[in-house]
This record gives sequence, structure tokens and C-alpha cells, in this order.
Amino acid sequence: MTNLAEVKNDMPAADLQSAQMNEWFEKKFEEEMKKREAAHVPSMALIATKGTLDMAYPPFILASTGAALGWDVSVFFTFYGLLLLKKDIEAKVSPLGNPAMPMKMPMGPDWLQNMNIPMPNAIPSVIPGFENVATNLMKKTFKNKGVASIEELRELSLEADVKLLACQMTVDVFGFTHDDFIDEVSYVGAATFLPEAQKADVTLFI
Amino acid sequence: MTVTSLKPVARELDASGLSCPLPILKTKKAIGGLETGDVLRVVSTDPGSLNDIESFCKQTGNDLLASSEHDGSYEFLIRKN
Repeated sequence: MTNLAEVKNDMPAADLQSAQMNEWFEKKFEEEMKKREAAHVPSMALIATKGTLDMAYPPFILASTGAALGWDVSVFFTFYGLLLLKKDIEAKVSPLGNPAMPMKMPMGPDWLQNMNIPMPNAIPSVIPGFENVATNLMKKTFKNKGVASIEELRELSLEADVKLLACQMTVDVFGFTHDDFIDEVSYVGAATFLPEAQKADVTLFI
Repeated sequence: MTVTSLKPVARELDASGLSCPLPILKTKKAIGGLETGDVLRVVSTDPGSLNDIESFCKQTGNDLLASSEHDGSYEFLIRKN
């Protein structure tokens, strides 16, 4: 910024006035911007497309935390993400086709619990009920580590006024009815979600 | 090391054993029930909460008066604004 005191002496009157004007405007502009920033409520719009246990966590963790930070949060559930809105969440996890997923042992000594046991696809694909075993072990490990359940995080999100939106098109495609889902869900399409996402400071596709 | 504040602690929250994001969600809830100026003491064992609680206070405009670590346990004093 120009130091007015220095240049004032040898400046014609018109220039001086405009320099003062500029200085005033810059100051005012900064003040107004600060005010606006302080009054701005951040918002976040998420898209949840997956219905497995491991992929159920990110949208609910982010949604509940965003709401705790005082943000306006909405989550648009589409395709397999819809399963996370059902009255009873049946999300499971499978190491099949998920080669980076290690199995965890939720019981026994610490060295065993901390071990990441790789699971070749051949094993879960031939053993019946393997998914249930993997899901139970994972849920138990989460619990041991003090991680909230998906149901708990969904409840906390609702308490904090997170908007849960379901994609009506995929509800129809999968033959669900609104009765399958919790009451707090609103049924919308892309045309409703996009304007929300347009205003949002954070948008993530999960 | 125990942190002491000028104003007595109005409420205690023990978030020990809980993982992200529960310490934050419970802190938010606890603050909601306080009056302006009240001090909340939070204890947690989640190492992530050291940064998370600080960020939470900044975002929500509450004052983090003190934070300390002792033996894998973290202690925070937060003043509601």
C-alpha cells in the first residue's frame, strides 16, 4: 500500500484525492471481507455410493464431524450407498476382490491382534460364510479400538441435523420402498443435489 | 502434569478409549450443555485428538485454554464462547 505521508507533498490535488480514495476503499474492502468470512457457515455435500462396512464409515465419520464443527452437511446416497439408510444396516465387509484388506484377529495377545493377516482371494471365495466371519472379526476389532458403530454414527449425524438424501432413481431400480428406510430420509434427484453441492465448500464422492 | 485454570471446571468428559471421531462428537455435545465462559475438561487417549481438539476449537470459536499429555493420556481445557 502507498505510504501517503511520503508522497503527499509533491502530488497534485486530484491524484491525492484518488490515492486517499484507494486507501479508504482497500481498508473498507478488507473489513467487509472479514465480516463476510466470519458470518459464512461452511457446508459440505457428500455422495455415498458404497454399501460395504468399510465404505460405510467415511461418509458417516465426515458427516458427523462436519456437523460437530458447525457445518451444514448433506449426504446423497445412491446405488449401494442406499443400503446405509435402511432401518437395519446390514453392511458387511469382504476380503474377496479387496486384495489390500488384511484380516484382523480381535482376540488373543496384542502381537496377534496387531497382525495384519493377508487373505488370498482363493480362501474367501470357496469357504461358505466367510464374509460373515470377516465382518464379525472386523466389527469386533472396531469395537475393541473404541470406534463407533455405523448405527451410532448415523444416529449422531441425525441428531446434528445432517441431511440424508436418497436417490429416488436407484430406490426404484433396486425395488426398494420408502418403508425400507429410516424416516429422516428425503427422496430427491440429481437436480436437487447439484445446487446444494454447488454452494458447498467441500464436496466428496465416496 | 495437571493443568489448572482460573475458572473451576464446569464439566468433565472422559473420552478415554474412544477413537476418531467420537472424542470430537462427545466434546461438541458436552459444550452444547454449557453456559458461555464455562470450562470443559476433556480427557482422551486418542493421539489424533491432540490436533483434532485444537482444530475443533478454532472452527467452533471456543478457546482451548490448555492441552497436555501424560502417559498416553491427553487432557484439554476448553472455554465455551
